Amino acid sequence: MALSTKNILGTKELTQSDILQILDTADSFKEISTRAIKKVPALRGKTIINLFFEPSTRTRTSFEIAGKRLSADVINISGSTSSTVKGENLIDTARNLEAMSPDILVVRHHCSGAAELLSQFVDSPIINAGDGSHEHPSQALLDLLTIRSHKGDLKGLKVAIVGDINHSRVARSNIRAMQTMGMKVRVVGPPPLIPVEVERLGVEVSHNLAEAIKDVDVIMVLRIQLERQNQGLLSSLREYSNYFCLTSETLAQAHDDVLIVHPGPVNRGIEIALDVMEGPRSLILNQVTNGVAIRMALFYLLLGENNANPN
Amino acid sequence: MQTLIKNGQVIDPANQIDGSFDILIDNGKISAIEPQGKISGSKLKEVPVIDAKNCVVAPGFCDMHVHFREPGHEYKETIETGCASAAAGGFSTVAVMPNTSPVNDNRSITELILSQAKKTNLVNVLPIGAITKGLKGETLSDMGELKEAGCIGYSDDGKPVMDSELMRRALEYSRMFDLPCIQHSEILDLTREGCMNEGIISTELGLKGMPVEAEDIMVFRDICLLPKTGGRLHVAHISSGGAVDLIRQAKAKGLPVTCEVAPHHFTLTEEACRNYDTNAKMSPPLRTHEDLELIKEGLRDGTIDIIATDHAPHDLADKQMEFSKACFGIVGLETALPLTLKMVDEKVITLQKAVDLLTHQPSRLFNLDKGSLGIGKDADIVIFNPKTQYTIEPEKFKSRSKNSPYKGWKVRGKILHTLVAGKTVYSADNK
Repeated sequence: MALSTKNILGTKELTQSDILQILDTADSFKEISTRAIKKVPALRGKTIINLFFEPSTRTRTSFEIAGKRLSADVINISGSTSSTVKGENLIDTARNLEAMSPDILVVRHHCSGAAELLSQFVDSPIINAGDGSHEHPSQALLDLLTIRSHKGDLKGLKVAIVGDINHSRVARSNIRAMQTMGMKVRVVGPPPLIPVEVERLGVEVSHNLAEAIKDVDVIMVLRIQLERQNQGLLSSLREYSNYFCLTSETLAQAHDDVLIVHPGPVNRGIEIALDVMEGPRSLILNQVTNGVAIRMALFYLLLGENNANPN
Repeated sequence: MQTLIKNGQVIDPANQIDGSFDILIDNGKISAIEPQGKISGSKLKEVPVIDAKNCVVAPGFCDMHVHFREPGHEYKETIETGCASAAAGGFSTVAVMPNTSPVNDNRSITELILSQAKKTNLVNVLPIGAITKGLKGETLSDMGELKEAGCIGYSDDGKPVMDSELMRRALEYSRMFDLPCIQHSEILDLTREGCMNEGIISTELGLKGMPVEAEDIMVFRDICLLPKTGGRLHVAHISSGGAVDLIRQAKAKGLPVTCEVAPHHFTLTEEACRNYDTNAKMSPPLRTHEDLELIKEGLRDGTIDIIATDHAPHDLADKQMEFSKACFGIVGLETALPLTLKMVDEKVITLQKAVDLLTHQPSRLFNLDKGSLGIGKDADIVIFNPKTQYTIEPEKFKSRSKNSPYKGWKVRGKILHTLVAGKTVYSADNK
């Protein structure tokens, strides 16, 4: 069964059956990464271009490894090496790349809507690897995969997303994906970091971390960025930590089996205490492992099961 | 040289005329306006006739807010293409904003604009001079010189005058020349990096919002400056329901404030920004449904004085890109009539009021000898069929730019002829 969409621009476009199919496919791919020879010929002869206009190590590497484990040829182009530094516009860059017949474009860009814009000008399937503050669907999918593998079923789970919701594409993608899967989402942070009218997305809002995590199954901690202090959105990182750092004391308020996820990279001691990050409830490294499986699943499903062979 | 316009429904709010009349134009002026068939004379046999059957005949529209990009950005629009667009939209008079490059903040630029307009010889072009030199918001422009050169108002449009003392001085000084200060009302501290209305849609799209308070606060500040300065404030392109109410209250106190609304602010909401459509990116931004309803209320009760398009042409090179990077603005001259007639359809205003908002009211506000079909006046006339239905096709616009969010809209109200001083400057027959 094919996905309902040709591109992966955001979780907003994904149906529940799309998400289940992606998660199931990813589960079946996990095993490949544990083999001595971590490679299957499924996408042999396919070309994947990673077009990254924003610095990224984890996501870019994850997409690259995912492509290579399926035997695709993966090319990385970063903002500083692309012609955009010579003034070429985003659409022209993508059209030029498309003229070389890639099978998938993976795009990360600092502007919200960049992936959707490109999808209007190129025919190749596009995977949005993060566009501004808008969406980062593969991250949300790997979060769901990680949560599902520990909780069994996603439906009915309660999640608290803590941090800079306003500037977070991870939060937006997760809110949509989790709601599609029947989960309940609460966003937690100081008011300047909560987007206006976010309640209209059907989420609860809290400004009290200890209260907000009492009844949840999952705590998702977001990275807090230093720039927010200069933008007047935060008084100081120190004060932010006083109220919103997930410490073992705060965590004592939550259920014993609560899961902790974080999209990384982590600011140790600012949004999450070191002992919590490395503690038994933290799934941060599982997420990274699952990220490869999710991206393999996306490549595989977008390029069609018919002309690919998972073994 | 005479022309006879026959069989039309003449709507001339300046002279409280609404009915079946024929109009005789002689030597570029209105020479007679009589009930149908009553204009007679031996010479009439050879006079060219425009048959306005089923059509409205009105004074040519006056748009007090357009951006023609000459000098400086002729690839977006020139005075010639802008005037052609105006004529096609039924406008015989347009006031051009000073944010050209260089800025119209001195006599030489005003004169250049007027001489280019004269060369083009299509519609009347009235320059608006800058409030501050270079639109920098630092020092007042030479308002006297600008008026003598032909400017009909002052504005830093595109940018607000942020400095409150400078705005106070502008309102004081402009009084000497009896011309209004036109404010683009936006507190920039609140809209930094913003690219659409702040609200649920900006939250969903992950775009930085421009909160409605940014407009309200500036409108309120400027109103507060009025009693002592005695200047005249005209609020450009009002988009906020709150700002409409502030102006309503100020008018009730008898303060000299007026305002305009652009058709996009009574026909579109922030919803149009979904899918990151840069043709829906404008400043002030498209607001909420509630704002739209309050704008309509302002049209209904007369708080809003005129309709002006804020015609802001941009090339694809400035629009076909990431939403946050694209230029603000849409072309408006060639869609103004059908969009205004939507307000008539929705019974917000009458057809007569719609014509009034596009003709007599702008002329009155800016002391122009326009917007009237009185005997002896310039024969600036528009003839349109309010019933003709068609689909908006931006690619066919006369404007050099096609940045319109109305592509594909099915509308009614078609301009058939536009005359300026008796000369046909646009005719739907020969496109």
